[in-house]
Amino acid sequence: MIELLGVSVAYDGAPRPAVRDVSLAIPAGEFVALVGPSGSGKTSLLKTINRLIAPTSGVIRIEDRDAAEFPTHELRRRIGYVFQGVGLFPHMSVRENIAITPSLLGWPREQIVARVDAVFDLIALPRDYLDRAPAALSGGERQRVAVARALAAEPRIVIMDEPFGALDPVTRDALGQAYRALHERMGLTTVMVTHDTQEAALLADRIVVLRDGAVVADDTPRAMLSGAHPEATGLFDTPRRQAAAIADLAR
Amino acid sequence: MNAQLAAAFATLPNYLSQHVLLSLSSMALGAGVSLPLAIWAARRPRLRWPLLAATSLVQTIPALALLALFYPLLLALSGATQNLLGASVPSLGFLPALLALALYAMLPIVRATISSIAGIDPAITEAADAVGMTSSQRLWRVELPLAAPSIVGGFRTAMVWTIGAATLATPVGQVSLGNYIFSGLQTENWVFVLFGCAASVAVALVADQLLALVETGAARRDWKRIFVGAGGFVLAALAALAPAAHATRGAYVIGAKNFSEQYILADLMALRLQAAGLSSEKREGLGSAVVFRALAANDIDVYVDYSGTLWTSLMHRTDNPPREKMLAELRDWLKRTSGVVMLGAVGFENNYALAMKRERARQLGVTTLVDLARVAPQLTFGTDLEFQSRPEWKSLRDVYELRFRAIKSYNPTFMYRALDDGQADVITAFSSDGRILAQNLVTLDDPKNAFPHYDAIVLIAQKRADDAKLRAALQPFVGAIDLARMRRANLEVDRDQEKLTPRAAAEKLGREAGLLK
Repeated sequence: MIELLGVSVAYDGAPRPAVRDVSLAIPAGEFVALVGPSGSGKTSLLKTINRLIAPTSGVIRIEDRDAAEFPTHELRRRIGYVFQGVGLFPHMSVRENIAITPSLLGWPREQIVARVDAVFDLIALPRDYLDRAPAALSGGERQRVAVARALAAEPRIVIMDEPFGALDPVTRDALGQAYRALHERMGLTTVMVTHDTQEAALLADRIVVLRDGAVVADDTPRAMLSGAHPEATGLFDTPRRQAAAIADLAR
Repeated sequence: MNAQLAAAFATLPNYLSQHVLLSLSSMALGAGVSLPLAIWAARRPRLRWPLLAATSLVQTIPALALLALFYPLLLALSGATQNLLGASVPSLGFLPALLALALYAMLPIVRATISSIAGIDPAITEAADAVGMTSSQRLWRVELPLAAPSIVGGFRTAMVWTIGAATLATPVGQVSLGNYIFSGLQTENWVFVLFGCAASVAVALVADQLLALVETGAARRDWKRIFVGAGGFVLAALAALAPAAHATRGAYVIGAKNFSEQYILADLMALRLQAAGLSSEKREGLGSAVVFRALAANDIDVYVDYSGTLWTSLMHRTDNPPREKMLAELRDWLKRTSGVVMLGAVGFENNYALAMKRERARQLGVTTLVDLARVAPQLTFGTDLEFQSRPEWKSLRDVYELRFRAIKSYNPTFMYRALDDGQADVITAFSSDGRILAQNLVTLDDPKNAFPHYDAIVLIAQKRADDAKLRAALQPFVGAIDLARMRRANLEVDRDQEKLTPRAAAEKLGREAGLLK
């Protein structure tokens, strides 16, 4: 359960706030996509959840506790984070990268080893990759490892910032579907930022549309595509038209 | 040639170990201060500029000047701590060299550390925060491992600079490979100069190559390579330092200024002490102003100075009494003001004199300084930097109304060369200098007594004033060496052919003067 209450983010020297008075309640188990044009504040809003950005005002509650009460590093160890930059540590092997948060949490060695193996199996890479350096992996493989790293410490919440944005369409689709399956299986609560409304519509239970830092629409993918929200219609025109065209071709 | 090389090799273990000890200590101190500062500044952009500017500024000071500056600084500090705490810090030797070189080592380390930490891919630092690292975990687990190769690179640069600059520690009284270079320059012993340069280059190359292994090892995460490089570095350092661990430090410290006669007399005193069963070490190549203060501060125990030098520079006297009267007054003054004991006069005088080529002097009809004043406007005067700032020069100039066409400054050795090849017509010479003999020069008479007497005198520091063994060993020096003997010994060291090392000349002189068996 994630609750945002009147969250605003203003950067020093910026003419207007990046996030303006956003309130959202995300129940446990839900997969929410944050969409919107560039500069709409979706990444800033997402980063307030694990406090990579501290909100200028407002309250964020994680599992019924004010996030500001946690020391930030403890909060972050409970929330998986996957982002477009990937950020695998180049001086550590794939195994050490995946093990990082459990080791920061001080898990016993055997438990870490077992957990790394288990979580690595989820991302469908050959076992011998565990001892490779990140530099020896392809972009898609690295992003899979980043997902495994985010899931290693058994978080109940995962936040993702354009996680598959740099990948080719086939890999991107495969990874998206694979992650959605993990989300179901592990009972995660997921918040994903994407500029790709098609991806949002296919993966998420719920889509929140941001514009100029404020929420302008918040509904299911079906409702978004049906045109129930005129403010968001422009964003969904393209996927809707493409879907219709492909349906025609397939007929 | 072989004798020179053998002499150079004989002192190599000591010079090398002192050089390496100084370089490593300076690096350790420099790195110990630089690394935390740089890591701190890497995280705080506002601190970066001041830190880089300060360390760069230090780098712009010539190393020799930086080393020299620490001497008066520590001397003042020494006085302050003596008054406040009753104990003084040493102002000569290891400490000033250590501090100056440590400062000098800072820039490469600071710059490499700041730029490598600040240059880490922001995605990686964001990931470090996002996986829940605390600030120090991020530093130790991510930033330092990633910056390590560049930081080791900074260490390499600093190490090579420090090893090179450590040769400049000799004039502040710290033994280093620079002793070969400085004494070689003064005595025109080019074997020594080249030997000192080659040894210091070899040390720098070995250190650089071993640290290069550590650097590339760190970059490739190749632990074997890091181990070989670091292990080799430690082994090489231990091997070089071994003589320092074995060497019993000399019980007595003998000082010497930076010219041949001083090297010879210091060696002769060391030989006398050795014969009396007393160990000693030398601090050679000290500046004329430095050496007396070092004695007064008990940093050195004994050295030979000249009566006229102390009379004018320290007592600020402008009168010119007879020889014995000057010595008596000087003895009282030294005892009263600094507790320094004047053991006695060695026998010869090393007067300041003006010298010309014999033939040139005859052509111009010059035999005295009065004659010189008449023709001076056509002549070029060659002198050393020290003389021009001494009161004797003012006195000489005013008494004889000397007005030269030009005045040029040389290092004392090159001054004679300048006279020889006609760049200078008149030079300041020292009456005991062997080159007066060798180059067939005349010294000009001083009928108006502008120059005071310069009796060579043995001075002993206050803390050794009542040391009967030391006094007994050195007492025979009084009256033992006449001008002719000293001139010849100086010539043997300064000449180009059949050169002797100062130590060999000292042994010969000692036997001739009955000071050694």
